[in-house]
Amino acid sequence: MSDRLIDMTQTPLTHTDHAVTAPHSLESLVSDWSTDQEVFKKVQWGKAMMWIFLLSDTFIFSCFLTSYMTVRASTTVSWPNPSEVFALTLFGQHIPLILIAIMTFVLISSSGTMAMAVNFGYRHNRKATAALMFATALLGAAFVSMQAFEWTKLILEGVRPWGNPWGAPQFGATFFMITGFHGLHVSIGVIYLSIIATRVLNGVYDRNGKYEVVEIAGLYWHFVDLVWVFIFALFYLW
Amino acid sequence: MTYTTIAEDTRALHHPKTWVGKYVWSQDHKVIAVQYSLTAIGVGLVALVLSGLMRLQLGFPGMIEFITPQAYYQFVTMHGMIMVIYLLTALLLGGFGNYMIPLMVGARDMVFPYVNMLSYWVYLLSVIVLMASFFVPGGPTGAGWTLYPPQAITEGTPGASWGIILMLASLGIFIVAFTMGGLNYVTTVLQARTKGMTLMRMPCTVWGIFVATILGLLAFPALLVAAVMMMLDRVIGTSFFMPSIISMGEPLAHSGGSPILFQHLFWFFGHPEVYIVALPAFGIVSDLISTHARKNIFGYRMMVWAIIIIGVLSFFVWAHHMYVSGMNPYFGFFFATSTLIIAVPTAIKVYNWVLTLWQGDIHLRTPMLFAIGFIFTFIHGGLTGLFLGNVSVDVPLSDTYFVVGHFHMVMGVSPILVVFGAIYHWYPKITGRMWNATLGQLHFWITFLGTYVIYLPMHYLGLLGVPRRYYEMGETEFVPASAQWANEAITIAALTVGVAQLIFFYNMISSYFRGPKADPNPWGATSLEWQTPKTPPEHGNWGPTLPTVYRWAYDYSVPGAAQDFIPQNVPPDGAARDRDM
Repeated sequence: MSDRLIDMTQTPLTHTDHAVTAPHSLESLVSDWSTDQEVFKKVQWGKAMMWIFLLSDTFIFSCFLTSYMTVRASTTVSWPNPSEVFALTLFGQHIPLILIAIMTFVLISSSGTMAMAVNFGYRHNRKATAALMFATALLGAAFVSMQAFEWTKLILEGVRPWGNPWGAPQFGATFFMITGFHGLHVSIGVIYLSIIATRVLNGVYDRNGKYEVVEIAGLYWHFVDLVWVFIFALFYLW
Repeated sequence: MTYTTIAEDTRALHHPKTWVGKYVWSQDHKVIAVQYSLTAIGVGLVALVLSGLMRLQLGFPGMIEFITPQAYYQFVTMHGMIMVIYLLTALLLGGFGNYMIPLMVGARDMVFPYVNMLSYWVYLLSVIVLMASFFVPGGPTGAGWTLYPPQAITEGTPGASWGIILMLASLGIFIVAFTMGGLNYVTTVLQARTKGMTLMRMPCTVWGIFVATILGLLAFPALLVAAVMMMLDRVIGTSFFMPSIISMGEPLAHSGGSPILFQHLFWFFGHPEVYIVALPAFGIVSDLISTHARKNIFGYRMMVWAIIIIGVLSFFVWAHHMYVSGMNPYFGFFFATSTLIIAVPTAIKVYNWVLTLWQGDIHLRTPMLFAIGFIFTFIHGGLTGLFLGNVSVDVPLSDTYFVVGHFHMVMGVSPILVVFGAIYHWYPKITGRMWNATLGQLHFWITFLGTYVIYLPMHYLGLLGVPRRYYEMGETEFVPASAQWANEAITIAALTVGVAQLIFFYNMISSYFRGPKADPNPWGATSLEWQTPKTPPEHGNWGPTLPTVYRWAYDYSVPGAAQDFIPQNVPPDGAARDRDM
């Protein structure tokens, strides 16, 4: 008995004494994940931290969207028709959701330029990385500008957080709250990307070799885009 | 090892030169931990005084003139919110989490010390905003700590003008602070452990704090969203939570909102919050019991898995706080079932603590007394939890003193006993001094026995049907006059226990200046924080090289070993054994 205990303490990396025998595959899964030093091998601290932050942020947006759906489902007054509310008359044509379609296209395109920036970053191509990041920030700024236009249009038509001409007062409340919170994320992202892009251009990451910073900024940006897809589907298409 | 991990990177730490840089704007996790702890304890004392005032009103109604009904509700609200969030959450995660995680996993600091520092200052800001509500017109909010709308923001509730705005703002700021700290704790545990420190070799303390922090990062978003929406309802007149209401004879401008939605959001945060407080306490108490019973923790793997399973399940039980809110009865069935399932891993933990004590070499030092006291109060509070988890039993007991007794036993007294035990346990390492054992024992016995005098009668009052949150009972058919005697006894006990905490503060403060110099490892503990080159540990914790871990944290009384403990950083052939001699 005592020998066994002493041997147990000498096992090099994983402590394998356990009362309940798990299936071998499950056991090796656990020991792979719980090895020493780092759970995610060779992953930068900042990158791991960004992923965890995004997980937390996901819960914020989920709560906003779930609350919106609950409020919309439980209100007794009819909900304004988004296709009509968000329609624009362009060149004499009445086109539903056209501005939202353009905004979505712009934001998704910015994810493309961001992904290319990450790729060039890992190739240590300083100029291409910075240029693509600035392009991403510019597309993001365009998105926020169009959102500002949309807000202005709705406000001029009489939509307020506490009421609107077409139906449930919660329409304006959830619209301004959710798109505002998302727009805030995009605006922060534009500033964040601009700062990192400037540092790329100045060669900061060429000197310290930490081009992962570009990827970390990219994670945030892709997340903001992904959230928009859900807002688009749940708010504008429903 | 073909590559060097970031933790092993030998680049110099940020070394401040000035006193302000070292102790005020400090990026050292140990200083931040002490700042967090002192702030939390300070604000907790405010909440303790509030509870004393509430008890005075309940025990001796009308004796103190400034305790008006409005003031009473404000005391209830502030007491609850401060104790749960600004004391327990901040102390267990911001305080113990900050101090223990880097030391126990063998890191030099948190992964992002600057963000960690910001976390404390933003937390301090949230406390200041909260305290400011005592000084605004109308005083702090009196909506109850659950802040249920519509009454929380409707005229007539104390503090509906300014207090509620400051409360919601303070909660929002607190969540930002917690997120900055929490991201650091989780990333440090995941990515910055030392060589040999596998997840399954971490002390239970780290496991508890780690899982609790993940719960916090996923649960606080719901509170943030609820606070934002209620703030919009209050300030710019949206109707998220506000239905059409006639208040003071006038219809309000709100219409069509859902008060139940707030309850769902609040408790989706609120129930994990119980475990955000409980899991670090579970972890710490496991280490206290193992260390002071000189035995390895019984069923370490089970203990870890129980923490994880409790953490996961805690997200599926929230509506058991809402059995009388008006839900589909099938929801009641689902949430009662999930609530009772969570008792299984919890019971595993209790059995394992008791089995660790079984035939152990128990040293009844002050930290161990608090740990054993915790087992008593936790079993007690857990058993009444089984009553309240069942819909049919909960309905008559809802909003009575039975509930007050239950949650004070399970998440008030129990974590606080662990906090006391932990402070006594780690005080020698943190300050380098030893406290007075006699005063420690006196503090324990008054606190432990006192809590039973306070909370046991409350269960009885609750079974009689005495409702909670009432300023005074007045004339009632169903409450006998003798209930007032119980209230008087509770009040006297509560004030005694409250004043007895001065013993603790006297002991801690006087020992800090005059206590005898502490041994670097006075309890003969195995975990890494006791193996630092200096006591108290210096900035950077480990000197030139990080420690290497060769074993789990529970090598106590290993047969054949020369000492009754083998520290985690002793190599396999380094532990002197009888047969080597």
